[in-house]
Amino acid sequence: MNRYYPGRRRRNLAATALAYAATGIGLGWLVLILAVLLWEGFSGLSLRVFTEMTPPPGADGGLLNPIMGSLVMTVLGVMFGTPIGILAGTFMAEYGRHGRLASLVRFINDILLSAPSIVIGLIVYEIVVYPMGHFSAWAGAIALAIIVIPVVVRTTEDMLLLVPNPLREAASALGLPRAYVIRHVCYRAARAGMLTGVLLAVARVSGETAPLLFTALNNQFWSSNLNAPMASLPVVIFQFALSPYEDWQNLAWTGALIITLAVLALSITARALTASGKRS
Amino acid sequence: MNTNTLAVPDVTHAAVDVSRLDEKIAVRDLKFFYGETLALKGINLSLYRNMVTAFIGPSGCGKSTLLRVLNRMYDLYPGQRATGEVIVDGDNILAPGRDSNLLRSRVGMVFQKPTPFPMSIYENIAFGIRLYERLTRAEIDARVESALRRVALWNEVKDKLNSNGLSLSGGQQQRLCIARTVAVQPQVILLDEPCSALDPISTAKIEELIDELKTDYTIAIVTHNLQQAARCSDFTAFMYLGELIEFDATSTIFTQPRDRRTQDYITGRFG
Repeated sequence: MNRYYPGRRRRNLAATALAYAATGIGLGWLVLILAVLLWEGFSGLSLRVFTEMTPPPGADGGLLNPIMGSLVMTVLGVMFGTPIGILAGTFMAEYGRHGRLASLVRFINDILLSAPSIVIGLIVYEIVVYPMGHFSAWAGAIALAIIVIPVVVRTTEDMLLLVPNPLREAASALGLPRAYVIRHVCYRAARAGMLTGVLLAVARVSGETAPLLFTALNNQFWSSNLNAPMASLPVVIFQFALSPYEDWQNLAWTGALIITLAVLALSITARALTASGKRS
Repeated sequence: MNTNTLAVPDVTHAAVDVSRLDEKIAVRDLKFFYGETLALKGINLSLYRNMVTAFIGPSGCGKSTLLRVLNRMYDLYPGQRATGEVIVDGDNILAPGRDSNLLRSRVGMVFQKPTPFPMSIYENIAFGIRLYERLTRAEIDARVESALRRVALWNEVKDKLNSNGLSLSGGQQQRLCIARTVAVQPQVILLDEPCSALDPISTAKIEELIDELKTDYTIAIVTHNLQQAARCSDFTAFMYLGELIEFDATSTIFTQPRDRRTQDYITGRFG
């Protein structure tokens, strides 16, 4: 036998063991978080959570207003952010691929992608909340949109770059104008991936707290007025979890469980879409 | 194989009298640049109506580049440009202000790898038709069917027109791509190594198809397969290092080439 072989074998075993251990530690935390959330939050889960407003300390209540607030602001944020993101991503992948402008936009987009969300909250506070004179759901939605844009830009560009060039040439060879080729052939080929990007953006913003603290603030009561402060799950969790009241703390756990399950569902949907996109 | 007696491929089509042919495309002193690199060094040749012209030559000789000038496919890429003249039906397509999309609807192209669009078989064909013509549903149905019949694919797909074009086999996909090109009723069809990704049976079907299509279209085909050029073309152009070395009736090129390099290439001594 080769005299190096036993040593190599030992090193291989050690490296494999370390890799498994690292994976275990990474997964362990996730399992721990999910387990604690389920343990603490599940007992509070009841119909009341979805039908009643946030209570004052010591009273019964639910999370209806923050759930609705989160839904409204997330939907608005995604509605504002997605078209801008898709158009910018399309520009970078299709029109400006090698141009200087596209690389500049790409660079700035990467910065925006990793910008701390609290900074985005502060900026929206400065340019929207301060001139308006009060906190509002609109401001919250704008802050979320700014977080959505770079995520969608990135996935749109990446997915369009995966569309093989011969496909574009084949479509152009039929005499189709450029915009037509992009809309009907490239988007179709990249559809699953682009949709995944939007879902991931939804997952990302639905858990954001910092940008909402500075923009939509919070609201104890039901409000459908977009010009007024609006409650949201992350902010309510933040407020209730830090409170000294045990019933508020329990509601915070339940809220955390709801967000986590929603994000988990979105991620699984996104994965399933990616998989089906690869098949077709 | 015995290298001393290299076989020259058998030629199918007899030589034709050029003076009786109609010139469909005339290429005059065509130069092509990839950035600063000169890829075509002044090409002159004619493509005749309802004839199949094959372009042969070693890799990098410029045959695909030439094909991509004929429908201005190079327009899609910045830094690529052509000088000289390419006259299609008396009109120089390289002149400024010519609409390349309109040109491409007249000069169709099929690529090396089958490129069905990510949509149903039916839509793959109907898609291009709708762009240039306002037709009723029934008329489009008829056009789709006739295009698929034309490429002998109808019987294989008539029961699954709504399934994805990507679900077909490679050979079927390539015939679908030809059907798609035929459906927009071009006058010229450019084939860029259409069989290089296909098995021999699919290749034979495509070759039969080329023979059948030339009754209605002018065809140019780039191929690495000399037997294929000999089998299905009327004219052959041999290119080498960006130059057109020899252009003549296929039977002449394969039996009495004038140039030493053509002789060497068709007998397999280089390339």
